[in-house]
Amino acid sequence: VTFTGWLTIFLFCGVLTALAIPLGGYLAAVYTGGHTRLERVVGPLERFLYRILRVDSERGQDWKAYAKSLIIFSLAGWLFLYFILRTQNLWSFTGLNPQGYHSAPWDVTFNTTSSFLTNTNWQYYGGETTMSYFSQMAGLTVQNFLSAGIGIVVAVALIRGIISRSGKSLGNFWHDIVRTVLYVLMPLSIVYALVLVSQGAIANFSSYLTAHTITGLTQVIGMGPVASQEAIKMLGTNGGGFFNVNSAHPFENPTGFTNFLEMLSVLIIPAALVFMYGRMTGSRRQGYAIFSAMMIMFLGAVIVAYIAEAHGSPAQHAAGLHTGVIPGSTGGNLEGKEQRFGIAGSALFDVITTVTSCGAVNSALESFTGIGGAVPFANLSASEVIFGGVGTGLYSILLYVLLAVFLGGLMVGRTPEYLGKKIEAREIKLVSLGILITPLAALFCTAMATATSAGRASISALGTGPQGFSETFYAYLSQANNNGSAFAGYTGFIQPTAGNVGSHGVTFADLLGGFDMLFARYAPILFALAVGGALAGKRVSPAGLGTMRTDNPTFVVLLIGVIVLVGALTFFPALLLGPVVQGLTGHLY
Amino acid sequence: MAIKRDIITSAIGIVVLTLLCGILYPLLITGVSQVAFPGNANGQQVLVNGKLVGSKLIGQAFADPTMKNGKPVLDKNGNPVTTPDPRYFQTRPSGTIPADNAAGSAFANYGPNSVATEQALAANIKAYMALEKPYNPGLTAARVPVDAADTSASGIDPDISVANANIQAHRIAAVRHLPLAQVDRMISKYTGGRGLGFSGEPGVNVLELNLALNRVSAGGH
Repeated sequence: VTFTGWLTIFLFCGVLTALAIPLGGYLAAVYTGGHTRLERVVGPLERFLYRILRVDSERGQDWKAYAKSLIIFSLAGWLFLYFILRTQNLWSFTGLNPQGYHSAPWDVTFNTTSSFLTNTNWQYYGGETTMSYFSQMAGLTVQNFLSAGIGIVVAVALIRGIISRSGKSLGNFWHDIVRTVLYVLMPLSIVYALVLVSQGAIANFSSYLTAHTITGLTQVIGMGPVASQEAIKMLGTNGGGFFNVNSAHPFENPTGFTNFLEMLSVLIIPAALVFMYGRMTGSRRQGYAIFSAMMIMFLGAVIVAYIAEAHGSPAQHAAGLHTGVIPGSTGGNLEGKEQRFGIAGSALFDVITTVTSCGAVNSALESFTGIGGAVPFANLSASEVIFGGVGTGLYSILLYVLLAVFLGGLMVGRTPEYLGKKIEAREIKLVSLGILITPLAALFCTAMATATSAGRASISALGTGPQGFSETFYAYLSQANNNGSAFAGYTGFIQPTAGNVGSHGVTFADLLGGFDMLFARYAPILFALAVGGALAGKRVSPAGLGTMRTDNPTFVVLLIGVIVLVGALTFFPALLLGPVVQGLTGHLY
Repeated sequence: MAIKRDIITSAIGIVVLTLLCGILYPLLITGVSQVAFPGNANGQQVLVNGKLVGSKLIGQAFADPTMKNGKPVLDKNGNPVTTPDPRYFQTRPSGTIPADNAAGSAFANYGPNSVATEQALAANIKAYMALEKPYNPGLTAARVPVDAADTSASGIDPDISVANANIQAHRIAAVRHLPLAQVDRMISKYTGGRGLGFSGEPGVNVLELNLALNRVSAGGH
């Protein structure tokens, strides 16, 4: 470990907090009808969109109507994306398929479509060998925006239920999704994409370049409209790389500076949403409390990962390498990491993208040390509530907040209340289901995939011993949590040459993963909206002397305790079999 | 019926938002980038005598194709068999097929506790020692910088660590008959700093450094 490594980590947390607070204020204005500076520019476009969508953006929807619009819109998005991807070569007339790529097989496309729709961005394919520019833009980039938007609007709807003083309305889905795209995601993406290009990310429609090197070799270099997709990939905690190696690719993430920016851009909206929550509830301290709980768990994860990666791996030591700091090299486990990011920049990046549902990586997770690799596992096991995906993190942790309030209420022997609303049997049933459904999906799919030979076919040739179990478990845990990062040896797509001719999917893994993602995305959304609906109609009672406070350090500790306990009780046996075994042994398999 | 309304709105919504987010937005970004930052937007292409030799951001192999009867020898996958060119600084080990494939990037995915990893690392160390030990008599496995043995993430990492470059400098100086101090100065010149002074690690850009070497010495052969 080095001083600059720690400096990077702590500066990151400071800058993140400083930027997220004002953005939280802006978001609150966007979703409560307040005035924003963008209104003059975007307002006419917004009203135009409502007109052609034929929606009355003022009309409130109860939770069922809100959910119905959301589900139907998602279904339409799924069909449209599947269509675009499966007709890839038909769109060559646009000139946006310079390599003449065919479509990927149906099962891989099923997985990819479900993946981008659910903000997971799990990728069995490699971008530059599979997707035309048209598919990347008109297909994948679109769902990068919309899946992020859907996460945010569910969080906003749940908040409206919590703070509602009258009626059953959670807002209007169409109003929320349009405003999310126009006022939040699009403006941030435009500015951010151009900053990325100014630092070296690429943005073009050229066919791949052929270079003749100075020693007489040829090198083909993939091109494409990368920056536009990279920006929303990070801001929307999507994580689906334009290139196969994601943010490790120099054209996606060219320098140490862009690496810092990319890390900020992942957490900025999830963090800002927490501060927005504080403003919308009328008590900023509520936001600070949740933010503190998230930040404490986040720092714990980063510190463990950084120390573990800086220490080096058993394989390195067995090969005779010295992994300490020497002049001109920081040592550590640089296997599967880029020189320009170093150990700290890689460990921090991958912790950030696994606590959120981003799942982008700038280094190979599969090559992380046992303990370093256990950190992403633990992050996923906490069900993405440590900042979490845009919107999903907030609505998921709010479910945990309600659970913590309920447990706290039981301990002191009073009817639990949150922000003046009584938490009763119906809410707690919905909350429990909402919390448990994702782990259930992850463990069920992992068991299916390890117990069957069709499932084990996906384990990589290098995945011997506990590594093979880690790969499998990580795959279904990541897909259930809509994260999308991978122990990338795990495969669902066999592609002999670029362009998909002669390629085929591993149908079992593709379908199991696809259903894993869809189920673990939409079931919790429905439960979160139902909780919002149940709370919306409740009377608010004034806080009394015996009311448990939810904005002080005691509650922060209680909340962390609940999250850690639920995660540990659910996942500990499975974690022991994979990463913990690897972290505790110097034995090679 | 509310459902029918939702279906119509969804269908229109997907098409309109695809136009906005999937067509107009990428066109805007790419268009502005092509005007404002044409060099970056097109991948920082490096030309020598008007011919494309690579990209500043993309690592490549500085190796010579093995020739037989005037034709390059191919391996079983149809890729040329190569040996590292001692006149040039060498980039990091790559996990792509073939190595340094910039049109099919890939992780090597070597696990931390795998025998396969140890073997791959040992092979990389052996190759590095074979190339550098004659010019660095004190070099042992424990003194090989980790970036010279560990596979990069992208497989096309353009940089090496300063420690790695300093070891290779002895070979370059000897083969090209240059003073070591001059080679070291050139290394410093092509070493990129940390982002904002703290983010990431300094790296030596191997392509730029090798091209600069060719400008000061013909190659020593």
